[in-house]
Amino acid sequence: MAELLDGLGLWGRLTGARIRAQLQYRTSFTLDVLGNFLLSFLDFAVILVIFSNVPQLGGWSVAEVALLYGIACLSFALADLLVGELDQFPQLVRDGGFDLVLIRPRGSLFQVVTANFQLRRVGKIVQALAVLVLALGLLDIVWTLERAAMLVVMIPAATVLFVSVWVAAICIVFWTVEGRETANAFTYGGNFLTQFPFDIYDRWLRQLLIYVVPLAFISYLPAAFLLGKPEPLGLPSWLGLLSPLVAAAAALAAGSIWGRAVRHYRSAGG
Amino acid sequence: MAVIELADVHRDFVVRRKAGRLRRERVVVKAVDGLGFAVERGEIVGYIGPNGAGKSTTVKLLTGILVPSAGRVRVVGLDPSRQRIPLARRIGAMFGQRVQLWWDLPLLDSFELLRHIYRIPGERYARNLAEFRRVLELDPFLHTPVRQLSLGQRIRGEIVAAMLHDPEVVFLDEPTIGLDIVAKQRVREFLLAANRQRGVTVMLTTHDLADIERLCSRILILDHGRLVYDGGLEALRARYGGERTLVVDLEEPAAALRVTDARVTRVDGPRQWIAFDRERTNAARLAAEVAAQAALRDLTVEEPDIEDVVRRIYAERQAGAGDDRL
Repeated sequence: MAELLDGLGLWGRLTGARIRAQLQYRTSFTLDVLGNFLLSFLDFAVILVIFSNVPQLGGWSVAEVALLYGIACLSFALADLLVGELDQFPQLVRDGGFDLVLIRPRGSLFQVVTANFQLRRVGKIVQALAVLVLALGLLDIVWTLERAAMLVVMIPAATVLFVSVWVAAICIVFWTVEGRETANAFTYGGNFLTQFPFDIYDRWLRQLLIYVVPLAFISYLPAAFLLGKPEPLGLPSWLGLLSPLVAAAAALAAGSIWGRAVRHYRSAGG
Repeated sequence: MAVIELADVHRDFVVRRKAGRLRRERVVVKAVDGLGFAVERGEIVGYIGPNGAGKSTTVKLLTGILVPSAGRVRVVGLDPSRQRIPLARRIGAMFGQRVQLWWDLPLLDSFELLRHIYRIPGERYARNLAEFRRVLELDPFLHTPVRQLSLGQRIRGEIVAAMLHDPEVVFLDEPTIGLDIVAKQRVREFLLAANRQRGVTVMLTTHDLADIERLCSRILILDHGRLVYDGGLEALRARYGGERTLVVDLEEPAAALRVTDARVTRVDGPRQWIAFDRERTNAARLAAEVAAQAALRDLTVEEPDIEDVVRRIYAERQAGAGDDRL
């Protein structure tokens, strides 16, 4: 427990230092946040364009898809705030900068993700949260105790799932430095897939997203549970409630993959 | 007690090389190839060798950055790659060409962050920082962002960063590279004091042989991933760099002098340089010979340059003249 508090304290110090540095250039920072915020609305506009042509998507209405979008994008934006710095990790491996991480007495993953905390990423969080609140307001959800519980746990669980996918996917750069595109396919590709109802995907893809890379637990299963939708694969509808367990398992798996992958680090030069 | 121990350590790198249009072949490069040595607590060891000899790889194996392919590595009794975090608290490292400090923060803020990363007790931190500030004269730029520091100032900051947590062993990679003479001298004095007063064991990788001459009681020379020399500076000179130089100042400029068992390597006006092997002749005999030929005003004897000595070792090995352990 003391360990955890100490880690949190250090996280606060490191991110605080980054934020102070970024706020030195206040105008640039404000424009950055604003740009991020507006760009993410363009992202949501794609969904509105689709619905201007069709009334429903895989049996889901526009408000229902907005709920999916809100859950997926809010959790992705939170994961991005926490570990988005992993996008710069291939560079750190290529130029041997990861050496400096390894000579310090702290977890290597912790140091990598805190290396350059970007406060401007909050712009996307605000937008996703707005869409989520709007969708919840438009939908007539019949609230039960289970559904309220789902509402509380779904965002933290989905965030942990995205973080795990991000960490596990980036490990590929320990073997091939050109692995960034592959890693992006899982993270950004995963974010895209989770914005739509899985009913529109092929059966094999749905199964892949439930059993192999459990992205179904991010938005689709929790949203289906909140809305009382029948699960198209014929699975029990309470499956969405398991998302915290799936997230915990994914986090353990990702941590273990990272731990093994670090031992393959080759540094740079002789 | 040995604080650094390596026994038959190997580290291979698999490199994929183009062979033909599509085919790529796997080549195994042996960066460290059966290396073994031990360093006792309190030593200052110079670790030298040509580029690509495996120096950095060794340091990375000792700090837990790289995992050895085979062999046993121990630093302060810990296995670096498996006990990386406990080890990191007890060692320090500085890589001259890499910035460990936070680029856009004032120097003091970097130290504060390190204090929390290493969990340095407040009192010890205050005491160490006060001492380092005084010895390395950090005060004029303590509140300057690191990106605005001169190289010499930054290097001083980096050294403090590596030493704040009272490490038992420090690994320094080219600590004086790019510094002017004054700054180099300051860094060397700081390291000597840390070694004497705090008992810090220092392993120094450098191309600057003056660093070695001023600091190191022991030299390890590495070539092709293997140790080719382990011993003191004097022994190294005696073995390889037998040549001393007698510099004579004559009353008037003269042609090259005739000397037995020695040779004049340079003539510059009234000054001449005479190289000799101490096994074959000596300075007194040469001085007598010179005095017999010309009016002598002054003379000095120069020790062989360590740089020449090392160059000769490499050349000898490249010619295939040396056996495996010279």
